[in-house]
Amino acid sequence: MAVMTYRDAINLALREEMRRDPSVVIWGEDVALYEGSFKVTRGLLTEFGEERVKDTPISENTIIGVAVGAAMGGLRPIAELMTVNFALLAMDQIINHMTKIRYMFGGQVNLPMVIRAPGGGGSQLAAQHSQSLETYFMHAPGMRVVVPATPADAKGLLKSAIRDNNPVMFLENELLYNSKGEVPDDPDFLLPFGSAEIKRVGKDITIVAYSRMTILALAAAEELGKEGISCEVVDLRTLAPLDTDTFVESVKKTGRAVVVEECWRTCGLGAEISSRIYDGCFDTLLAPVKRVSGLDVPMPYSRKLEKLCIPQVEDIIKAVKDVTAQKY
Amino acid sequence: MEAKLRAVMPDRDLLQLYEQMVLCREFEESCAEQYTKGHITGFLHLYSGQEAVAVGATHALHGDDYILSAYREHAQAIVRGAEPRRVMAELFGKATGICKGKGGSMHLFDPALSFMGGYAIVGGQFPIACGLAFAAKFRNENRIAACFFGDGAVNQGNFHEGLNWARVWELPVLFVCENNFYGIGTEVHRSSALASIHKRTCGYDIPSEKVDGMDVIAVYQAIKHAAEWVRENSRPYLVEAITYRFRGHSMADPGKYRAAAEVELWKARDPILTFTKRIIEEEVANEDQLECLKAKARVIVKEAVEFAEQSPWPDDSEVTADIFVGEQEVCAWR
Repeated sequence: MAVMTYRDAINLALREEMRRDPSVVIWGEDVALYEGSFKVTRGLLTEFGEERVKDTPISENTIIGVAVGAAMGGLRPIAELMTVNFALLAMDQIINHMTKIRYMFGGQVNLPMVIRAPGGGGSQLAAQHSQSLETYFMHAPGMRVVVPATPADAKGLLKSAIRDNNPVMFLENELLYNSKGEVPDDPDFLLPFGSAEIKRVGKDITIVAYSRMTILALAAAEELGKEGISCEVVDLRTLAPLDTDTFVESVKKTGRAVVVEECWRTCGLGAEISSRIYDGCFDTLLAPVKRVSGLDVPMPYSRKLEKLCIPQVEDIIKAVKDVTAQKY
Repeated sequence: MEAKLRAVMPDRDLLQLYEQMVLCREFEESCAEQYTKGHITGFLHLYSGQEAVAVGATHALHGDDYILSAYREHAQAIVRGAEPRRVMAELFGKATGICKGKGGSMHLFDPALSFMGGYAIVGGQFPIACGLAFAAKFRNENRIAACFFGDGAVNQGNFHEGLNWARVWELPVLFVCENNFYGIGTEVHRSSALASIHKRTCGYDIPSEKVDGMDVIAVYQAIKHAAEWVRENSRPYLVEAITYRFRGHSMADPGKYRAAAEVELWKARDPILTFTKRIIEEEVANEDQLECLKAKARVIVKEAVEFAEQSPWPDDSEVTADIFVGEQEVCAWR
């Protein structure tokens, strides 16, 4: 085990997999010479050379489409989108092509490719650079959607993503890049998809979260513990496949649930998770499920306003108190 | 003065071109009939009139060069070697179809033939062709990617992104524009600032040329030269083939935006008729021999329809299969 940042854990996963498999290649805007806008690809050009680590034109749809073609042609491309906001320029290749090709061609070809995209709000980057689009990808069949919360999860899940023979959307949270944690040294440390982790065991209420929202949920649970409310925190880790069993079993045990989502509330993934909770444990629920969500507005720039739009620890604490106060 | 046929290729190959063009025409006209009978449903875009492009171009490529196309791609798949009966079964939505009935008319695909797909989002194939060309170059394979598209595709961002990318990364992509003058009902002059499409590549430092897409020999020669250039230089090239579709955009299109006289003018230049005339004039074959090849094509198409009719529908379990490859499932061509 070594303590490292989320950024370095991702960098290490990339290095290990590129050392292991010469068909792994990476490209994106400024990933090579500039070493990435968030410095996630630092040192890769030096170690692996310009054939495998490539800068691209600012052509997001083609960044993804070239990866689709290269994956068809026998490589394992990793395409970096500078931020997830630019995925909207690439939705034609992501949704119309990447997620459809295997199925519409009758299973005759695999697309072993990964899209890496940092996202999320909280850095005062305003409306066009602060979006949380995870629900968009989760909605479309045909790709894995990975949302790691910790450095260890980021490493293990990214390595699995690169080795997977299916398209993977790997969503990194920009505010987590400097967060630190213990990361296994094993170059074959792999985490499976569709396996949520109970990151804190509790008995009074289940908080379902993912990515940075898991970190906030754990902080809220810590505070609530001091007040005698025992929270179980389920970190989804992947949104597709979605490990319904783990959160449904947890809610069956606790009888109450709060779902935390950074994305917009309307049609957000929290609605899907809440629905699955009602389907799975309606009989044992002690209170309605509550959602803590991003506010349904384009993100404002001002620090004071931005804070109102993104779930905060105190919002989770309030939601948990509301739900645990209800008696049915 | 155009070259004599025999100076271009041997008799056997000349007759193969004829046979393939006739097969494509018979196949497409049979599709139209099956559509009116309700056996083929959904969108159906027919290639009749444009045969010289697919046949001449495919003949000029190596067998393992990648081919990608749009949604008017039956002929390209068949000329590359797809069995007509499995293509017809795909159009019928049957389990024996080339994509198990999951793709239909617009999504034919066979990786064993390096036929890498029909794509129905206009221009979607540009970046994918670049990716395949990159993979081929990375793996030191001596093959190129031939990317076919219509005149309507050149105003998509993908076209410009793809051309620029192919040049910047020095990728062996041969772009082949089949300019049939209409994007559905919008004539090319009404949609393109520069309707002479091959001239657009100057902005990307990509060499290009225009060829008569109604002349199978001219297409063959142009593509052969271009493909060799792409292979030798590992850089993109664009060929614009001027052609015409005899039918509407799809079976739902009566084609009212084109004057009858215009259509008749182009039908007089039917690539099969003009090639037939040359074959006979230059005594490569006589009328009886050609009629014999035509009859053979009719039999193949008739049998394809029978095969499609008699084939089973896909099992219900197929509806969720093929989205993902499982841990144990190994894709046949990898």
